[in-house]
Amino acid sequence: MAVATEHQDPGPAAAGVRRGAAPPSRTAPPAGRSGRGRRGGAAPYLLLLPALAATAALLGWPLVKNGMLSFQNLNMRQLIQHLTEWNGTANYREVLGSADFWRVTGRSVAFTGVNVVLIMVLGTLTGLLLARLGTRMRLLLSTGLVLAWAMPVIAATTVFQWLFAARFGVVNWVLDRLGWHSMADYNWTGGQYSTFFVITVLIVWQSVPFVALNLYAATTTIPRELYEAAALDGAGAWRGFTSVTLPFLRPFLLATVFLEVIWVFKAFPQVFAINEGGPDRLTETLPVYAFIEGVGNQHYGMGAAISLLTIVILLVLTSSYLRIALRKEEDEL
Amino acid sequence: MKRSPLARLWPNATAVVLFAGFAFPVYWMFCTALKPASDIVAEDPVWFPASATLEHFGTAVRADHFWTLVRNSLTVTVSAVALSLMIALLASFALARLRFRGRHGFLVTFMIAQMAPWEVMVIAIYLLVRDGDMLNSLVPLTLFYMVMVLPFTVLTLRSYIAAVPRELEESAMVDGCTRSQAFTRVIFPLLAPGLMATSLFGFITAWNEFPLVLILNKDAEAQTLPLWLSSFQTNFGDDWGATMAAASLFAVPILLLFLFLQRKAVGGLTSGAVKG
Repeated sequence: MAVATEHQDPGPAAAGVRRGAAPPSRTAPPAGRSGRGRRGGAAPYLLLLPALAATAALLGWPLVKNGMLSFQNLNMRQLIQHLTEWNGTANYREVLGSADFWRVTGRSVAFTGVNVVLIMVLGTLTGLLLARLGTRMRLLLSTGLVLAWAMPVIAATTVFQWLFAARFGVVNWVLDRLGWHSMADYNWTGGQYSTFFVITVLIVWQSVPFVALNLYAATTTIPRELYEAAALDGAGAWRGFTSVTLPFLRPFLLATVFLEVIWVFKAFPQVFAINEGGPDRLTETLPVYAFIEGVGNQHYGMGAAISLLTIVILLVLTSSYLRIALRKEEDEL
Repeated sequence: MKRSPLARLWPNATAVVLFAGFAFPVYWMFCTALKPASDIVAEDPVWFPASATLEHFGTAVRADHFWTLVRNSLTVTVSAVALSLMIALLASFALARLRFRGRHGFLVTFMIAQMAPWEVMVIAIYLLVRDGDMLNSLVPLTLFYMVMVLPFTVLTLRSYIAAVPRELEESAMVDGCTRSQAFTRVIFPLLAPGLMATSLFGFITAWNEFPLVLILNKDAEAQTLPLWLSSFQTNFGDDWGATMAAASLFAVPILLLFLFLQRKAVGGLTSGAVKG
């Protein structure tokens, strides 16, 4: 949603305000009749105060706390007795030195990559298809997409467990009917790759609608004249697509790729609820790994260290997008 | 543009296949929930709930604490969204309409906060809430859900407010309104679709939230519906009918909200208040 609406945001960019050049003490004309660049003295800060205070207390402080915990030896005993035992970088040394952590990290990155590629390719194709359809068929397909999009994560997880159930599951029945008889009572959650397969189908099913519907919405904002001009210059359908549609959608696609990277990388309910990271902890991704190490095995300090490293990896993966997004935000001001 | 019959057929055919793929899991949930148990554990799937029954819904509703959990979920979700709308309205007005030092920094703060990885912060939150002796309470859940949806609410409302033409507000002030009157009488009514869209997404986020309640509220009476649903299958063995009935009950409010509000919310954005 937010991605799509940015296009319509009219005002501030045009206002051409010189940031920093104007001290806030230059207060507003009483009625702010000038329209542009009104200054409200303390008013803006007072308006922002509740939101900032809530964010600082309930988001900022837990982050700081997370950092502090990661330097503590905090297991069940310390938890119950309310002990604070600092142990320096021991947690980090242990985490970074363990083969498990790196295996889970590699797995998370690969899992994210596969999912995001599938989501983007299928989402884009579906979005372009939506743009080609007649009104009635478009309504039909959009309805299907909205249904999948709106489906609550945990409800969807439960339904997918039923679809992929070994006994009486529809998927196994269909595969059996198609001639793949060894799949008749196949236990999907019994193996690493088959569990990941189910999780991937689930996540792709849930995420494609967002990409497809927003991409379709974005294509409707492409001015017709551009295509006409391209046609006048002798461009065919394919050329029109590569030289008008794609460049126009580029910022949207870029933003969506990174949003999806963030969403898939930190996806917790799907991975956890399908098989709790099993079998044999083989489908744990980083967020699930942090949860199971920290809460499940009651090594809270270790769990906090893994959490923090997860956040760092996420920042590295999305840093280029963050830079672009922040620059764009700057341009808007 | 003239197209051959084949060229017109394949997009439609693909659309039908895709529709089936996306809608089927949702359909199968309701279908299973309505079928008698003997049709659920059939060697060949029964595709339509011909002899529909509500017995599975009965099982789900009569499950321990079901109504308490419904009340918990509603309380937490509605209060979180309402609180965040109130706070966000103030902030987004400042960000959309006022000029002040640090505005850019605040915007960036909310942008980054929007991407906060809550899923991996649960350990720190657990310890904070435990130290405050608030485990198994709905208060911390409400507050954290509020902050979870707050950045999105602020940023979205900001673009909705920015989309209300300044001229409307200015002419109200020329006509003698004060700044805040102009806001409550002119901007606020025009914001209705925006408020609806943002609260819809806030509602969905809070209603679905799972990791935090998983770690904070272990008491059966203090849980919310997602936690109940995720353990329903374990609690009821392989009673897929009841599990799907539970999933349907959980999903229906969101599906309805989505189908009714989405179009309206999107339409509100594009229909301009001043033309030409």
